Amino acid sequence: MAKVLMKGCEAIGEAAVRAGCRNFFGYPITPQTEVPEYLAKRLPEVGGLFVQAESEVAAINMLYGAAGVGKRVLTSSSSPGISLMAEGVSYIATCHLPVVLVNIVRAGPGLGGILPAQSDYLQATKGHGHGDYKLVVLAPSSVQEAVDLMYEAFDLADHYLTPVMVMGDGMIGQMMEPVEIPPMRDLDDLPAKPWAITGAKGRKPNIVNSLYLSEVACNANNWKMKEKYDEIVKREKRSETYGCDGEKLDVLIVAYGTMARICNTAMAEVVASDKQKRIGLFRPITLWPYPYEALAKEAEKAKQILVVEMSTGQMVEDVQLAVLGSRPIDFYGLTGGLVPSPDDVADKLRKILT
Amino acid sequence: MKKIFGYPNSLTVNPTHYCPGCTHGTIHRLVAESLDELGLRERAVGIAPVGCSVLAYNYFNCDMFEASHGRAPAVATGAKRCRPDLIVFTYQGDGDLASIGMAEIVHAANRGEKITVIFVNNAIYGMTGGQMAPTTMPGQVTTTCPAGRNPSHEGYPIRVVELLSTLRTPAFIARAAAHTPLHVIEAKRVIREAFRLQAEDVCFSMVEVLSTCPTNWGLTPSEANKWLQENMVPYYPLGVLKRPDVDETPIPEVAASLKGA
Ligand SMILES: Cc1ncc(C[n+]2csc(CCOP(=O)(O)OP(=O)(O)O)c2C)c(N)n1
Ligand code: SF4
Repeated sequence: MAKVLMKGCEAIGEAAVRAGCRNFFGYPITPQTEVPEYLAKRLPEVGGLFVQAESEVAAINMLYGAAGVGKRVLTSSSSPGISLMAEGVSYIATCHLPVVLVNIVRAGPGLGGILPAQSDYLQATKGHGHGDYKLVVLAPSSVQEAVDLMYEAFDLADHYLTPVMVMGDGMIGQMMEPVEIPPMRDLDDLPAKPWAITGAKGRKPNIVNSLYLSEVACNANNWKMKEKYDEIVKREKRSETYGCDGEKLDVLIVAYGTMARICNTAMAEVVASDKQKRIGLFRPITLWPYPYEALAKEAEKAKQILVVEMSTGQMVEDVQLAVLGSRPIDFYGLTGGLVPSPDDVADKLRKILT
Repeated sequence: MKKIFGYPNSLTVNPTHYCPGCTHGTIHRLVAESLDELGLRERAVGIAPVGCSVLAYNYFNCDMFEASHGRAPAVATGAKRCRPDLIVFTYQGDGDLASIGMAEIVHAANRGEKITVIFVNNAIYGMTGGQMAPTTMPGQVTTTCPAGRNPSHEGYPIRVVELLSTLRTPAFIARAAAHTPLHVIEAKRVIREAFRLQAEDVCFSMVEVLSTCPTNWGLTPSEANKWLQENMVPYYPLGVLKRPDVDETPIPEVAASLKGA
């Protein structure tokens, strides 16, 4: 299929439509407002529903209602808005409901700034809302990958009955790239949802609920969720490597999203000026579940590791967990909307290589 | 023998956890009877709040959600917009709806969501043990206003349905009470009307029901009924406040030049 030039946020919106999502609830916030703006126009064209919510708190609870009645549903926001959704996502996860969330991360904390950042890593992968739940977190590094992951996110959510987040930094949302848009999913082909709230006609009432006043029942549901997360950990880890084919590496860079692309350029720059240097790049695509084993395998080849992020080092602890002290780990990062350039990363690489 | 009184089909036969004399149970019954009489049970979707009626999903014999504190109108919006054929109602207390959930109820009403809201105003937070609500009466003692609600410090009780009635969007909005048989009959009439309007796809509909909380008011059930009549009814007037068919002041159309902008 021919490629079209699209802005990240708009491509994300179109990918959701192609994936069979006909329902969007959201609230404007830079740098992702083009997602709701695109869908406000696009969804009515395909008989879909667009509602501008009064807040992110309302939006996520509208998703709860929409997912509960069995529909594919999306919201999109950026960092402060995602914080506001935390309670709602916790309910959704506990009720085993499938929803897809997009976080086009901006600089934080606080109101921060509207420029790209990767400083919601810990929120997305370790915490977010309260209780024993997890978000599946997918991190695209190009507009094409954002489209592909969006398309898949709805299937993952439906398969595991769990919320899935596609997390891109502001760059992914704002840049334009040529993309191949996947075909329209046949709505009649989407998975059946016998648990959904559809009216108790000829059957017992269905109940969507996260209240467990009995500690025994609450414990049981938490372990049911854990079993599901274990299954996701077993099956869904994804990552890519670049320049890791040789036996030995002087440095293994670990970076995700836009930062991984910048590191790829930096790596090429350094190797071009010094053919002796062997540098590889490991890029996690699923931030949760984190590809610990794949990273550990590549790390075995490397003398040392350099983590690069648009944060003060939120992913470092996952890298530490992967290599378990076997390699020194260095970090380079800029935050607040500053994006390390390939030259910045190349300088850092040269420093640690000498 | 002919059975002349029993459970409405829209209620389960579970015993409730409500305290003796609490009017939550009565209001559940009025909702269930309305669903039965209008033949709506099989399409009905109830949304339980966080509050004493958090377990309402055990008592209504229809599909149910349990929402987070205050967000039932947003959950209802998501469900109803995706499935307009369903009959969606929220059942919320005054802490849930008038405090933490004020934004959600105002905007659901203003968008004219075709849902029915049953708003149980007992002038206190029941479930958490008797704290001040936005609807607590001036001078009323609660655990968080132990000297009585002081309007110069905590403001006056919010009259939610009056506030919502100022919205331009057509709606059916009423206030009833559940403390005497006569009031219960009237409450039933407006609750049924609210569901009828939803079933006919007319408008947003909402009924506030003045309710008792004998436990946290520290009164016997009959004293509580009397307290409601003497203290709440004068401040919260009963009746229908807004009807969808009443013509509102016309609003000028947006200038043509802006329409395409
Ligand atoms: C986010 C959140 N904040 C606070 C609570 C605690 N809480 C539970 S019920 C309740 C008050 C409910 O009062 P009301 O809505 O008046 O209902 P009633 O119990 O009187 O029927 C509160 C504050 C909660 N569950 N969730
Ligand atoms: S605490 Fe009050 S509102 Fe709650 S069940 Fe008891 S009487 Fe009813």
